[in-house]
Amino acid sequence: MTNIEPNQSADSQASTHGDSPGTDPFTRRAAIKGAFATLGAAAFVAAVSPLRQAAKNTSAVEFMQQHYTELSPEQKATVIARLEAETKEKYGADVTIADDRPIPGTKFVYAINLSVCNGNGKCVEACHRENNHDRSTNQSYIRVIEMPKGTMDMEKGSTTYAGVVPREDKFYLPVQCQQCDEPPCVDVCPVKATWKEEDGIVVVDYNWCIGCRYCEAACPYHARRFNWKQAEVPADEINPDQSYLSNRVRPVGVVEKCTYCLHRTRRGRLPACLEACPTGARVFGNILDKNSNIRWILENKRVYILKEELGTKPAFFYYFD
Amino acid sequence: MPRIVSLWFGILLCVVASAALAALWQVGTRANTPTRDTEIAQELPTGSELSAHYPVIVRQPAAPPRIELAGQDPQGRVGSVACSTCHTVRPDNLENKTSATLDEFHQGMTFSHGTIACYACHNPQESDSLRLADGSSLPFTNVLTLCSQCHSKQAESFAHGAHGGMNGHWDLSRGPQTKNNCVDCHDPHQPKYPKMIVGFKPKDRFNEPPKTEPQQAGTADHDKH
Repeated sequence: MTNIEPNQSADSQASTHGDSPGTDPFTRRAAIKGAFATLGAAAFVAAVSPLRQAAKNTSAVEFMQQHYTELSPEQKATVIARLEAETKEKYGADVTIADDRPIPGTKFVYAINLSVCNGNGKCVEACHRENNHDRSTNQSYIRVIEMPKGTMDMEKGSTTYAGVVPREDKFYLPVQCQQCDEPPCVDVCPVKATWKEEDGIVVVDYNWCIGCRYCEAACPYHARRFNWKQAEVPADEINPDQSYLSNRVRPVGVVEKCTYCLHRTRRGRLPACLEACPTGARVFGNILDKNSNIRWILENKRVYILKEELGTKPAFFYYFD
Repeated sequence: MPRIVSLWFGILLCVVASAALAALWQVGTRANTPTRDTEIAQELPTGSELSAHYPVIVRQPAAPPRIELAGQDPQGRVGSVACSTCHTVRPDNLENKTSATLDEFHQGMTFSHGTIACYACHNPQESDSLRLADGSSLPFTNVLTLCSQCHSKQAESFAHGAHGGMNGHWDLSRGPQTKNNCVDCHDPHQPKYPKMIVGFKPKDRFNEPPKTEPQQAGTADHDKH
């Protein structure tokens, strides 16, 4: 037995002295156990490795942050101070992040005059600048669709038109978040990172969103956008007038959407896209106010609801005159 | 060696247990997140009923207009004159409708505003002001009144914020609102809104080259408005 190889020796000893590992630790059983344990541990490490990636982009404090609606005022202040500091660090811009809450007795509604809209795209650009969108992708919450006359089917339109507008055989359909009263995007969110507020605005807690993009798929208006990359915005172009649920610089890997410029509208101002519209096609207001412009339009104009048959109940109307 | 094995198991157990605990903790904190508010109050007292103390300001055109002189004086300067500089001393042709029938001045001005005559809106007696249909004089600043004589539908829409651009506040209890006047957007001599050139385009996945559009035979004229 002197020239027996170590493996065979271990085998024979395991069969004879298997119950006394103290005498010879290297049994087959132990080897198999060790191999599986290593395999299991390796699999676990591989499974959690995205977390290690996330840790590079996320501070521990940020990772442990509560859902927006659960934050106490003190916690909110801390979170906002941290976000302001991060914007200063990453973008070199001094910004103010407010926590704008709904004004009691308001329900925001938007209307666009399709007889007047000429597809010039100034609203798209205004949204891009107002909401600190990524400069390299020209991101915006608004998409203007050039539509053939005779249909309201979004799929028949094109967003790539260029040059002189309006073309005689086309009309122009600006589409952004419709702030639905039955929002499919809210229904599908697995973590409740998006919800509808009292004034009708559907908001996203960018720090709670896990980036699964279910909402993006659920939205029949293609109104949601995913942050594929960290927004690149020069310091002097950052809009410093920000809000937590609105136009603050979003982290990478989360979904965002039009908020009716709540950092403006909840302070009584008009949305940026409306102010930018050179044709005056856009109307914004409080539908609960009987004397509002929006009420007059709904009562006196021919009004169209985009994809009304889906039952999403948009707070967004198109009209003709 | 078994010690190393049990160490591995121990580590694995600890990691799994801590992950499970963290997950439990998160589930617990999420229990109270908001549910969608489906019942939104319909008829609440609103901002404008309470206190609307900021004004709606309609921008006014700089008035009265001045005419740029075509030529230069001997020093090479260009200048502009008031309408009345010439029109107080020249006879009025109440019939004239376009600049094409003028032999002097206003040459090259395009006119495309129906078949109305110059003096339908301009005042032959007071050339530095406008003229209403009843013959009364109207300052250039009040162009809104002049246009509203014919374009009452637009005037009605304008009064309700459904025609013409605006800036400022939707909530007049928090700040004022500024609205454009007619001639901010429409050239009164050719009022059709000018064509524009699209400048800004997002680059997203919807921006792939457009497909060839399916034929819309028979429906093309259906929705003309």
